[in-house]
Amino acid sequence: MSVLRDPRLVAIGERLREVRAVVPFLSSKGGVGKTLVSVATALALGRRGLRVGLLDLDVTNPTVHVVLGIRPGSLVPREEYGVVPPEVSGVRVMSTVFYTLGRPAPLRGEGVSSAIRELLSITRWGPLDVLVVDTPPGMSDELLELLTYIRRFSSFLVTTPSRLSLDSTARLAELVARRVAGVVLNMAWEVPEEAVRLADRLSAPLYVLPYDSSVEVALGSPERLAETRFARAVDRYVAEHVVRLLQNRR
Amino acid sequence: MVGVHEWALAEAVVLTLSQYLREVGWSRVSRVVVSLGELQAVDREVFEFALKELTSLYGVEVGRFEVVDEEASFECRSCGFRWRLRDLNLPDEVRESIHFLPEAAYAYVRCPRCGSADFALLSGRGVRLVGVEP
Repeated sequence: MSVLRDPRLVAIGERLREVRAVVPFLSSKGGVGKTLVSVATALALGRRGLRVGLLDLDVTNPTVHVVLGIRPGSLVPREEYGVVPPEVSGVRVMSTVFYTLGRPAPLRGEGVSSAIRELLSITRWGPLDVLVVDTPPGMSDELLELLTYIRRFSSFLVTTPSRLSLDSTARLAELVARRVAGVVLNMAWEVPEEAVRLADRLSAPLYVLPYDSSVEVALGSPERLAETRFARAVDRYVAEHVVRLLQNRR
Repeated sequence: MVGVHEWALAEAVVLTLSQYLREVGWSRVSRVVVSLGELQAVDREVFEFALKELTSLYGVEVGRFEVVDEEASFECRSCGFRWRLRDLNLPDEVRESIHFLPEAAYAYVRCPRCGSADFALLSGRGVRLVGVEP
């Protein structure tokens, strides 16, 4: 008797068949603002009338729902030939928090991979222009699942001006170099030469986002977040870049 | 009846079979064994119905599906204690969450002996394609 592969792996391709572009926000260093940049980008694209999905790939420590103001337990994906993500502020959202209800769910590597495969294989996004993916820091299972099973994507590398973050992002860039759409310098108190060089090396634009303390008080309110200087810059640079990317794919 | 999560699980199995048949150049298989892990609590009747519908939809010829149950069991990585899902008394809403995402078990289950959250799921996670016979 022949033993076959994990059936979820084949289903992942089928579930993403109607997704025009997958856009992950990556950083191997934590605390650089990936979640905020990815959520702000998804919301900005939704406001522009695009069909947008937002996947929180941080399966053990999801926080996308915090930015969007989703209280764990208040929303459940609809069961329909799989599961259909709920729509929040014009964006279809999927996160493990819908099932863990915000409790700690510590997973080792194998469990992380399995949870990601399960989410990707049962989620029916439907037709999407963009699937924005918020990723956890590091170069471990989440990144490898993405690299291996979602081969076609255009990512943004997110970093701060700190050398710690830039060094780390430069390492990550070696892994995903051909799939980088842009470099985002977040909370930019300065624009270091290393950031410019990194973007040049990747032949990608460098988008500089300001440090904006008003973002913290806007957490939980997509409307208030949209009014911040930070979100306006995300809209002007990052979301605009994604729109151009989609236009080039026509 | 089939507007449910089981449909997606069955579709993954049928799509995998379809791809496999193309790869090995077979037109049909006589027997396919699928295991249903107890943790995911798949509705067997709905799953089997979906398998039948989907094989017809995707033009995959299968002589017989053999769907077998697999007991869910755990082992604590901290103290080594082993237990089964049936030893636990999980509320319905927790079972529902685990049904959709078996790894959600890590949010609700702790080692019954030492309380550790670091445990291994030894068997019975979810849907597994055990094998096919030409």
